[in-house]
Amino acid sequence: MLRRNALPIVLFAVLAVAPVAAVLLGEPHLLGVLTRVVIFALAALSLDLILGQGGLVSFGHAAFMGLGAYTAAILASHGVHDALVQLPAALFVCTLFALATGAICLRTEGVYFIMITLAFAQMAYFFTTSLSAYGGDDGLSLAARTTLLGAPILDAASGLYAVSFSLLLGAYLLTRTVAVSRFGRVLRGIRQNRTRMEAIGFAPVRFQLAAYVLAGCLAGLSGVLLANQVGFVSPSLLSWQRSGELIVMVVLGGLGSLHGAVMGAALYILLEDVLAEVSQHWRIVFGPLLVLVALFARQGIAGLIERRREP
Amino acid sequence: MPLTLVLVQTLNGLQLGVLLFLVAAGLTLVFGVMDVINLAHGVLYMAGAYCAALFTMMTGSVWTGFALALVASFATGLVLELLVVRHLYGRDHLAQVLATFGVILFMNEAVRLLFGAAPLSVPVPDALSGAIVLMPGLLYPTYRLAIIGAGLAVAVLLYILVNHTRIGMRVRAGASNAPMVSALGVDIGRLFTLVFAFGAALAGLAGLLIAPLTSVESGMGDNLLILAFVVIVIGGVGSIRGAFIAALLIGLIDTLGRSFAGDLLRLVMSPSAASQAGRAIAPMLIYVLMAAVLFFRPSGLFPVRR
Repeated sequence: MLRRNALPIVLFAVLAVAPVAAVLLGEPHLLGVLTRVVIFALAALSLDLILGQGGLVSFGHAAFMGLGAYTAAILASHGVHDALVQLPAALFVCTLFALATGAICLRTEGVYFIMITLAFAQMAYFFTTSLSAYGGDDGLSLAARTTLLGAPILDAASGLYAVSFSLLLGAYLLTRTVAVSRFGRVLRGIRQNRTRMEAIGFAPVRFQLAAYVLAGCLAGLSGVLLANQVGFVSPSLLSWQRSGELIVMVVLGGLGSLHGAVMGAALYILLEDVLAEVSQHWRIVFGPLLVLVALFARQGIAGLIERRREP
Repeated sequence: MPLTLVLVQTLNGLQLGVLLFLVAAGLTLVFGVMDVINLAHGVLYMAGAYCAALFTMMTGSVWTGFALALVASFATGLVLELLVVRHLYGRDHLAQVLATFGVILFMNEAVRLLFGAAPLSVPVPDALSGAIVLMPGLLYPTYRLAIIGAGLAVAVLLYILVNHTRIGMRVRAGASNAPMVSALGVDIGRLFTLVFAFGAALAGLAGLLIAPLTSVESGMGDNLLILAFVVIVIGGVGSIRGAFIAALLIGLIDTLGRSFAGDLLRLVMSPSAASQAGRAIAPMLIYVLMAAVLFFRPSGLFPVRR
């Protein structure tokens, strides 16, 4: 049991200790990067729930992040700063969007599912560009950071990290519980053989839609955090490139293992940061790295570390 | 809205449509024949435009620049297939997304490194630089008409090539059952390489044709790629005929929507609300169309039988 869980335990231990080390080393920049890691890990984790467990390749996951971020920023611009309002509102918006679009998307399969999720994300993207009262194309600055019952818990960089990390850990435990539950087993069953699951009496779309809504909500949560970290929201949060990055993080880390998504996000953000410090043309190295991972590391980096045999 | 404006915008929509078709044809061939999702197809369009700019500068002639750019696009396709895409046959779609996303990052950055961040420009060829009077009061740039003509000509050529030649027959056979074609003695590896490079040349052609009308810059293929995916999904993946019809449809709806959505809404709303709503709705139209098509016909308008 401990052996099997060694990697996620080490991973979360490192994420818990790293900011302390960053502060002790006097590297405040590193704390910001780690916060970004944790926030994107939350979004990637939520994508892995539907992608890794359910086999649903959503190419529009950034839309949920963006909707969460915009909900927080728009409420803040009207003077509503409390998490007890912002979070439920963000979750409500994401649930609504996930239910409406998911019900349509799940009528299709394979590459058509990829493209229809993209279509809805693009609609959300263009919707945010047309919000002229909230900045339109130019985006919107966050009026103030989110508070909890009036307490400015996210104002300090360390507070923001602590909250983001706790939410990531909670989301990880939640998604893991979901994955090993009966619900998760049905979801994997549908991915492997949809007809057989239907034949034994399950309604696939209901399970997939529930997972889609849960994933959307968790991504929306990461969006609220991202708005707080960056202090700014703009339509680019919802761009298709951003959705592509989330898929890349999940595949890079190793599909379906949940902790793999966290590692993928960490590697992506850290590499981006390290390479960007070396040269502004860091993508010229980063791009081929992704190609090499796709060609040679079939289970992602989680697979490389665990040396899992191919089934 | 005056009739001439509607006609001009219709022609603009057709011009966007044929460009989309050139890009989408290669994308749908590669997907239909090799089952590879190639996100990097958009950078081949960019490569065509950059090669046109580079070779025009070097040779001083736009026509020579165009010809060399077409050859260079084909060569870029060959190299990309050899280095990356060849290793993705038979892999799952996610690995293909990851690898070709990496290629996008590399190519976009490579042109930024080689040519700088400032956009380049390509002159319109002298012979096509004027405008033609299509009817009294309707003057339309010759070059745009030439693009429409070239796109339609390529569509006809492609139709003949795919449906009435031996190589086209092999491509169609490869699309429906690659192992069987291979067992019959066709070198399927070489066929795939050729199809991929051919698709790259079509995307490059679209890029070099548009180069004189737009600013040639890094990332210019990214948004066109998404439009091309919309086209092939609406048309039915793997169907050239579907891609052609969907490309013209998307080109027209996008262009006309952006020009006239506000005017149409003004019939039912106050002018200021209409122009704001028009600006919001216009860019969404094609995605609404795509969602609607997939809702009623989950495998596109002209699904390819498997």
